[in-house]
Amino acid sequence: MNSTPDNAIVCKDVGKIWAQGTDRAHEALVSLDLEVKAGEFVVLLGPSGCGKSTLLYLCAGLESVTAGEINAFGKPVREPAPERSLIFQESSLFPWLTVSQNVTFGLSLGSANAEERRAVAEDVLSKVGLLAAMDKRPDELSGGMRQRVAVARALAMKPKVLLMDEPFAALDVQTRAKMQDFLLDVWRTSNASVLFVTHHIDEAIALADRVVVFTSRPGTVKEIVPIDLPRPRDQFSTEAMQLRMQLTELLSSEVERAFAEQEAIL
Amino acid sequence: MQQSAAESGSVESGAGVPVSRFPGSERIKKLLPGIGWTFLSVGLFTLIWEFAWFMGWADPKLLPPPHVFMGDLPSQAKNFNTAQRWQIGTGTSDAPSPGMAVLITIFSSTYRVMLGLLCAAVVSIATGIAIRYWSLFGKLTLPTITLLAPVSPIAWLPVAIFLFGIGDAPAIFMVFIALFFTMTLATITQIDSVNVNYLNVARTMGASKLQTYTRVVLPAILPGLLVVLRLNLFGAWMVVLIAEATGVGYGLGQVIMLARNTFNPGLVFFTIVLIGITGFLFDYALRLLQSKILYWVPKGQGSLG
Ligand SMILES: Nc1ncnc2c1ncn2[C@@H]1O[C@H](COP(=O)(O)OP(=O)(O)OP(=O)(O)O)[C@@H](O)[C@H]1O
Ligand SMILES: [Mg+2]
Repeated sequence: MNSTPDNAIVCKDVGKIWAQGTDRAHEALVSLDLEVKAGEFVVLLGPSGCGKSTLLYLCAGLESVTAGEINAFGKPVREPAPERSLIFQESSLFPWLTVSQNVTFGLSLGSANAEERRAVAEDVLSKVGLLAAMDKRPDELSGGMRQRVAVARALAMKPKVLLMDEPFAALDVQTRAKMQDFLLDVWRTSNASVLFVTHHIDEAIALADRVVVFTSRPGTVKEIVPIDLPRPRDQFSTEAMQLRMQLTELLSSEVERAFAEQEAIL
Repeated sequence: MQQSAAESGSVESGAGVPVSRFPGSERIKKLLPGIGWTFLSVGLFTLIWEFAWFMGWADPKLLPPPHVFMGDLPSQAKNFNTAQRWQIGTGTSDAPSPGMAVLITIFSSTYRVMLGLLCAAVVSIATGIAIRYWSLFGKLTLPTITLLAPVSPIAWLPVAIFLFGIGDAPAIFMVFIALFFTMTLATITQIDSVNVNYLNVARTMGASKLQTYTRVVLPAILPGLLVVLRLNLFGAWMVVLIAEATGVGYGLGQVIMLARNTFNPGLVFFTIVLIGITGFLFDYALRLLQSKILYWVPKGQGSLG
């Protein structure tokens, strides 16, 4: 497996055991191999608890692997970096800051002055269509708007990889569809790679260049399904229907296994 | 269909106009039920007391009814003596008027509570943060703090008097020591329960440890700390009253002690009313402060009502 700078993220034989060495040790990932090419949109699909979030944390550098290696643009991932931005499932905006202060939080840690910060805030907030909400506080926004601000905050750091952990899971169907379109726009214009976690097969089909289906815990890659449909995609086209059936098939066998295992434990 | 539209239209214009004409009225309207119930509750309680007196169930020497101990304010006020005749340069006739003496007494107690609370809050928050910031400091101090936290503040009273004699200092020290340990532990608990996503965001953005503490941890723990502060307000009042009762100078606690020694139940109840009102206003002020500092916390959350 190559780890040339062409590849945004390369996971080689990655394993993660939570609380390793204690009696609460818990294997989340095992011998996982995965590549995300520069500029690629990869979606992780898998049953609940299979270690998708864990993989994103490892890629972000917030946790360290217990086996194998993760490289980002040819360099091993050891700690978090602004170029690999993680967007969380629930809103992680600071409630005590305004939208624009949230978006420029990372810049304000360095030497950027107020003018530069304002320019960046205007730039990224207009990209997510929230320029008008600049001086609002997060709790004045809807859930969808908050997630867009979170995306804007990540964009402000000019990331090369966006790691997104079920960012739209809490939204209603219509808002989610809008957010998907919006994300694709952002992705096209920013040249960033995206590693996107979801439970939803439809979301995976709408977004991905490739869908990576996980096995149940301990998670590893079960199958990679390329989606070679032109965007914007018609979710009712024959190809999309076929993909939906294929992915449902792959997923449900894993979900059943996960349930059987959980029942055996209980 | 048409009728309901007309109706809703008239309702809108009927309710909308007066509200916009008197901008403050909306707020007062919201406050009114609360105030009403407060008065009703106190009134009911007073009425029962008066009734018990009227029927002869309550001995007026032991349980004088409110109209007796609240009725004659000037003679009650005479019990509040804040004259400092022992001070050099103070004439014998320089004593403040009884009304002034009451205010000075209330102010003295309030001042002790406030200063003690402020010192305790600042020092314990700083200590709590330092314990989590420098783990060596934490390992050295946390066990001692945890051991001392459950010690009743009353046990510190002799220490306060040995160290500071009489006056404001021992009373303030008492408040400080009563709150310091619990508030330090509360600060640590708050730090440990900061939303881990906030910390992860800070880490991803490249925040240093110092930046993480000043920019994320501190604002994140502030709401919880203000609640702790408000809960400890009552403790602070208690400690000050006890300290004053043992003689640290004039104050509401001293007046209660005086009432006890001269067997004056009326004065006890009068002072209790003063303490109640002052404490209530104090809590109200802290709530205002809370809503000013914590502009981002939604109403009803982290404010305990
Ligand atoms: N911080 C942690 N400490 C210990 N164990 C953890 C931790 N985080 C996750 N795990 C465990 O690792 C396994 C994988 O969890 P993870 O959150 O990665 O799953 P997931 O695929 O994201 O699930 P979901 O779809 O429900 O979000 C789970 O069994 C979980 O209990
Ligand atoms: Mg997850």
